[in-house]
Amino acid sequence: MSNPVTVADPNAAPKISPLIQLREFWFYFSVNRGAVIGLVVFILLVLTAIFAHWIAPHSPIQQYRDALLVPPAWLEGGRPEFLLGTDAVGRDILSRLIHGSQYSMLIGTVVVVIALVTGIAVGLLAGYAGGWVDTLLMRIMDLILAFPSLLLALVLVAILGPGLINMMIAIALVLQPHFVRLTRSAVLGEMGKDYVTSARVAGAGHLRLMFKTILPNCLAPLIVQATLSFSSAILDAAALGFLGLGAQPPTPEWGTMLAEARQFILRAWWVVTLPGLAILITVLAINLVGDGLRDALDPKLKRS
Amino acid sequence: MIRFLLNRLLLIIPTFIGITIVAFAFVRVLPGDPILMIAGERSVSPERYQALLAQFGYDRPIWVQYWDYLSGIFQGDFGTSISTKRPVIRDFLTLFPATVELAFCATIFAVVLGIPAGIIAAVKRGTWFDQTLMGTALVGYSMPIFWLGLLLIIFFSGYLGWTPVSGRIDLLYFFPAVTGFMTIDSLLSGQDGAFVSALRHLILPTITLGTIPLAVIARQTRSAMLEVLGDDYVRTARAKGLSPGQVIGVHALRNALIPVVTTIGLQVGVMMAGAILTETIFSWPGIGKWMIDAISRRDYPVVQAGLLLIALIVMAVNLIVDVLYGLINPRIRHN
Repeated sequence: MSNPVTVADPNAAPKISPLIQLREFWFYFSVNRGAVIGLVVFILLVLTAIFAHWIAPHSPIQQYRDALLVPPAWLEGGRPEFLLGTDAVGRDILSRLIHGSQYSMLIGTVVVVIALVTGIAVGLLAGYAGGWVDTLLMRIMDLILAFPSLLLALVLVAILGPGLINMMIAIALVLQPHFVRLTRSAVLGEMGKDYVTSARVAGAGHLRLMFKTILPNCLAPLIVQATLSFSSAILDAAALGFLGLGAQPPTPEWGTMLAEARQFILRAWWVVTLPGLAILITVLAINLVGDGLRDALDPKLKRS
Repeated sequence: MIRFLLNRLLLIIPTFIGITIVAFAFVRVLPGDPILMIAGERSVSPERYQALLAQFGYDRPIWVQYWDYLSGIFQGDFGTSISTKRPVIRDFLTLFPATVELAFCATIFAVVLGIPAGIIAAVKRGTWFDQTLMGTALVGYSMPIFWLGLLLIIFFSGYLGWTPVSGRIDLLYFFPAVTGFMTIDSLLSGQDGAFVSALRHLILPTITLGTIPLAVIARQTRSAMLEVLGDDYVRTARAKGLSPGQVIGVHALRNALIPVVTTIGLQVGVMMAGAILTETIFSWPGIGKWMIDAISRRDYPVVQAGLLLIALIVMAVNLIVDVLYGLINPRIRHN
């Protein structure tokens, strides 16, 4: 993945076209069958989220008062218009699950973007500046990591107040130290290399050195970490939703749906089983992709 | 060795101070005035407000307040719960054994199943057994455990009727809490069936809490084992004509387990977070449920102390694991 072409010296190596790079990446990625399956499932989920409004047979918050806790269609007492049954107030579960995918994708994306951007900025600064700036920043990161992440997110949400946005901020904050550490160690590894020195000698400024010269060569581990953080964000968000601190009802967020369904577990298994299954499939698909990415982008790391 | 120990102890001092600052800051950054929170929502006269401010010491410089908080901690003063009006540390110590009992069982569950599974997967690398096991481990690793707990209740408690739904023991047993560990107390009480009842209550929470550590430990054992199996000294051992059992059991395993010990230690933090979810599902009266209840009751002294105590426990466990790691791996100690 390392592409030693620098701005300072355009004659150093022939530029590898992105298409060839992509093809090479796909060659290694597609060897891993699980990763390809995970990617397909993930793409389907993204499409579901985008077209949720058109796919869902019912509105996710429409309450059908004549159809409370109707079992899935293939069971006795099931009704064909409610394929996966209805919940305690008569809302169609399939439609809620389809709309719920929007929240999971939104949460994953927003959390990863916040954690990635701040993490890269802080990590670049720490690795590039060194000295007391580095020590101070890394001490703060160690401190965040000293708390169990879900507990810290929980307490942060308790301070900020429950809700979707506060929850995303809290989760991004507890995930962000991983990006800082990765960026910093990658920067420290790259700093001493010849191409950085040559760029500096050629007169590149600090910002250019940080973002244009060094950063592109540290991307591989960050992409892997971003993928894995996407799935932990979804999982943590669902856990907070389940504890009543995430998205608030009647939002069809999967964890929140589970929390509402808890009291019916022994009467209506489908209300509990299906949202959890949706969470598991999503998280599993993303983790499969993450494992595949790690193998394809970072052959030195874990080739087992 | 003593130098190594001292070194590790010195290293955790900044972490300790950091944790106390975070916990101290917690109450300050809460929206709203701490005095109004204590005095209740009704309005307070300015004179009374000043008196309360002085009584709780909020009129002093912030660093004096922090110093006060820190010395309180060293004397075991973690504040007073708003809802129970008792010292927070007393409630904590009453509930903590329940969490320890659960986390201990979950650790045993994860280690006893995870390490052998990882070893076999590594030795039989590439076979259907390896693939099935690692596939299962990835599912376990991706599992929303709050959902897993509910599924277990639906199947084992609802459908089969084998296990109880919640709590630590059947209500018909009553005996004094000598140690706080239900399994030990039930044995001490000598009542028929009490111990079995305590065990039956433990099964589902143990599986729920132990699943993610189990998956992590199995994966870690497998990759550590694979790494070691390719090393020169394993080849030497094979060349000397040792049996596969000796090579794997003695030479490879001892070295492969070193990183696994660290992994197990790191799972304690994961378990403390998992305990919050597991205890909520099974109404298990431990510190996880205590924290959630405190958050919903806005009992902030409890939340503050809980955050601090759990972080300190995780820190202490990490220190112990670090020292153990040095003990079993001389290469680290002499560095």
